[in-house]
Amino acid sequence: MKKLSEHFSWGTYVLLAAALIACLLLCICVGSVAIPLKDTVVALWNSLRGLEIPAGISKNIILNVRLPRVLNVALVGAALSLCGAAMQGLLRNPLADGSTLGVSSGASLGAVLALALGVSIPGFSLGGTMLMAMLFAFLSLAAILGLAYALDRSLSTNSIILIGVIFSMFVSSAINLIISFAQEHIKSITFWTMGSLSGTNLSCAGVLALALLLCGGVILRYARELNAFAIGEDNARNIGVNVRRVKLIILIAVSVLIGVSVSVSGAIGFVGLVMPHMARMITGPNHKRLLPASMFAGAIFLLLADLTARTILAPVEIPIGVVTSLVGATAFIAVFYRTRKAG
Amino acid sequence: MQMLKGNHITVRYGDNAVVDDLSFELQEGQWLMLVGPNGAGKSTLIGAISQGVPYTGDILLEGADIRRCKAAQRARKIGVLSQKNSVGYGYTVEEVVRLGRYAYTSGFLSTRDDDGKAQVERALELTGLTDFRHASVLTLSGGELQRTFLAQVFAQDPQILILDEPANHLDLVYQKHIFSLIGQWLKTPGRAVISVVHDLSLARRYGTHAVLMNHGKCAAQGEVDAVLTPENLRSVYSMDVYAWMKDMLAQWQ
Repeated sequence: MKKLSEHFSWGTYVLLAAALIACLLLCICVGSVAIPLKDTVVALWNSLRGLEIPAGISKNIILNVRLPRVLNVALVGAALSLCGAAMQGLLRNPLADGSTLGVSSGASLGAVLALALGVSIPGFSLGGTMLMAMLFAFLSLAAILGLAYALDRSLSTNSIILIGVIFSMFVSSAINLIISFAQEHIKSITFWTMGSLSGTNLSCAGVLALALLLCGGVILRYARELNAFAIGEDNARNIGVNVRRVKLIILIAVSVLIGVSVSVSGAIGFVGLVMPHMARMITGPNHKRLLPASMFAGAIFLLLADLTARTILAPVEIPIGVVTSLVGATAFIAVFYRTRKAG
Repeated sequence: MQMLKGNHITVRYGDNAVVDDLSFELQEGQWLMLVGPNGAGKSTLIGAISQGVPYTGDILLEGADIRRCKAAQRARKIGVLSQKNSVGYGYTVEEVVRLGRYAYTSGFLSTRDDDGKAQVERALELTGLTDFRHASVLTLSGGELQRTFLAQVFAQDPQILILDEPANHLDLVYQKHIFSLIGQWLKTPGRAVISVVHDLSLARRYGTHAVLMNHGKCAAQGEVDAVLTPENLRSVYSMDVYAWMKDMLAQWQ
């Protein structure tokens, strides 16, 4: 049987984009109030062109409640998945991802600290948590890689994962410590550790889109270097990659993206771990194709996960992190066993 | 013309000097064989030359400190085949080989690599991999993988080839094929080769010069016949290497 990746062509992107748009529309239409697809399309089209929206269409729900949320979900999904794909290539490690390495939990620690200490930037309510989340994401990544490097100079899969797990435990105990001192913030702190996208607004989406444009652009620009790293760091050096500089640039881009994502949505696990694997089945390991495909896959997956989270037990909304972990872990085990058996 | 020169290179892992105050010189047209027992520091020396291992002392590439050389600039001059090559993801042979052209196309103002396609084709052909070009590297045998990375180095089109055990995983047919291929490659002016070789017969057959290493130090260096003498080998390997090799060959008569 031919592998799926052998059939990859640019048409696949068109299909992925179409699937993404379909999911976006689906997620706007479905919810506690069902909205006809036609109304959604008319509302979006008219507001894009600055036209009056006809009466009888639930304008407020579409434009002020669901659209911001859906945009944020898609952007967070794309960002997390892109970061996972980049880290899996850079560290040559199919288990690398913001959540397995403890970067996401590090970012939530930063956000929780900002919340408990009241760090804020005047004029931009999310600024303090966002900045702290980015800072802590980068510090966590630096700490984890530094510790792993001290343990084993080749930065092998096992030592990175081991340090990542230990670091995550450390961080969660730190978060629990903060909770015990800051009882009044407990509800909002829980949000950072489980993830949720309710109540996100268009300015969050704007910041996310900007971060994705800048950092994502940087990561995509280094697709060839990521291929070289995925083959091996020594090999990358031998063919002329400036190993240290490229590694640092990619790690900074990844930390900023994870930091911004976590500050908008809280820590959502498994998107960055599983979606690049799924994308790799379609595109093969070449990052020039893998990175964009991972972004589409991540966005689609998180949209469907969010839809599930808010509809399956409606009117109760379950945390989106619970859905992604349940689905992601199951899918990951299936993928992992299949690839292991195939050798 | 002097192509590469090492002055008092020392590499330490903790207190242990793996390469200890070693100097060498590589002239145009030379094939320098690094020989010596396991743990002599041969691969570490190659790691230092390829800037993968921190060292003290100087390595001069065409007279200039190699540390100041930009990574891509260095890669256009020196191609390195590492000892351990494995790939974690299912890249195709051609994708791996094509990465050898990285140094010619990197940078924001990347120049067009008009020559690249032809170089990749030639490298695939030379190493006998044309039919495998679309195969996933995960499905290759050890020898095929070794040839893939060798093809990558050829595609890189360097002036100095540095090969850490190029005969690794290769059967006799490909050993002979690859070594005579490198010999041919060396005939073009302005080129030189350094290789780590365990098979002393191969070292003697193809090398012009040799550095015999033991415990990180240079035990002897110079022209290959003057270095690989019975006395030198006996002192480094602590056994009568000549008698052993003659004995091995005698079985076939």
